[in-house]
Amino acid sequence: MTRLFCAIVLRDLKLALRHGADTLGAVLFFILTGTLFPLALGPSPELLRHMAPGIIWVCALLAALLPLDRLFGAELEDGSLDQLLLLGLPAPLVALAKMTAHWLTTGLPLLIAAIPLAIMLGLPAGSLPILLAGLLLGSMVLSLTGGMGASIVLGARRGGVLLPLLVLPLITPALIFGAAAIDAASTGLPWGPDLELLGAFLAGALPLCPLAAGAGLRAAVE
Amino acid sequence: MFTPEQGEDGPAPLSSAPPCTALLAAESLRVFRGDRLVLNEISLTLCAGEAMLLTGPNGAGKSTLLRVLAGLRRPDAGALLWCGTPIAEDTAAHASRVAYLGHQDALKPSLSVRENLSLFLTPTGPTLTQALSAVDLLDLADLPARLLSAGQKRRAALARVLLANAPLWLLDEPSLGLDANAITLLGHAITQHRAQGGMVIATTHVPLPLEAVRHLALPATPEHLAPLWDDLADDTWPDQTGATA
Repeated sequence: MTRLFCAIVLRDLKLALRHGADTLGAVLFFILTGTLFPLALGPSPELLRHMAPGIIWVCALLAALLPLDRLFGAELEDGSLDQLLLLGLPAPLVALAKMTAHWLTTGLPLLIAAIPLAIMLGLPAGSLPILLAGLLLGSMVLSLTGGMGASIVLGARRGGVLLPLLVLPLITPALIFGAAAIDAASTGLPWGPDLELLGAFLAGALPLCPLAAGAGLRAAVE
Repeated sequence: MFTPEQGEDGPAPLSSAPPCTALLAAESLRVFRGDRLVLNEISLTLCAGEAMLLTGPNGAGKSTLLRVLAGLRRPDAGALLWCGTPIAEDTAAHASRVAYLGHQDALKPSLSVRENLSLFLTPTGPTLTQALSAVDLLDLADLPARLLSAGQKRRAALARVLLANAPLWLLDEPSLGLDANAITLLGHAITQHRAQGGMVIATTHVPLPLEAVRHLALPATPEHLAPLWDDLADDTWPDQTGATA
């Protein structure tokens, strides 16, 4: 079972490498939207430093949504989803493998790209580890909730439009706690509880989202 | 116990069931697609080494029946049994008993044939080289799938069926796009599979090189519904009135 799980993840990583432009697209979108804010808000360092956590979090969420509708959509269109579900792996684990691949190809690069963006927006160096810790948990939550949303809208017309409408409301708690942790750190308040709540959110999403996504995949192939 | 149901309005029953224990048994399957009844009271049994061809006009539900047998789709009524146990009890276990070849070849264009198929390797089954040489595709194994012709893609999909090392093969139009040579290879593969006690259910519109094959003809429309549709106004059911004609 572990062998099949790893094989699906590896296959998706290989596919992501072959389609390098698609994979980099999300990261470039993240950096580009992040750089638009100083242009739109004016170059005041104080303002940008204050807004940096929110900008980075919102841009990261939107960027991570970009590849989601292809996550299962491409598999459904070419018939691969039937074969994946017939591998002998329970559908929730197939979904979890795809979500893991999404995190490795989107969440992890965004995490790395957040460092230069944070420095550019003037985030204090002390807050950077907390931003990354929050984003680490938050991007995992987004891969899980996003994968669940993607499997639910699978096969729907205009699924790409429906997907953000479904996923973004679900992800708002992660956004609130993630951004609050950085705010707390920069004002000298304890930031631990915010990250702990994020971790709790992840702990809830880890078993529940793959279950829902598995049911979504089963319904999509019917 | 597993003899096909011979209901008054069911499809033509199969030839009398051979004296063997049925591994796969379907009893009075019914499947709706939207509001339309595609499969009505379909019953079949299959024993080790047997092959069955599903025939019927387009839209008769041949592909739907294969998907139901694969466990991809739940029947809306009726029972589907493997060795007497309902397959819905453990779909993951049933999935490992089934090798399904769908309409689509399910190959990723950017991956090579070898990379495409490596996911489907099983510890006990044939190796990639064995499976690829069985469909005469070894020379092209390292080419990206997007460079293959339609027939070559079909052969790669057939290699995946071989790799699955599953007792039940469900083949939806396996000969689609294959040349005469490849159809002979397909016939060999099926014969070998049956000799090892495997079972095959295939849909086809062209003759396949199969011996001692049973046939299950699916009716174009479930019979008892046909008179109902005749009574309806044309504009109510525009697509179905054509099917009953």
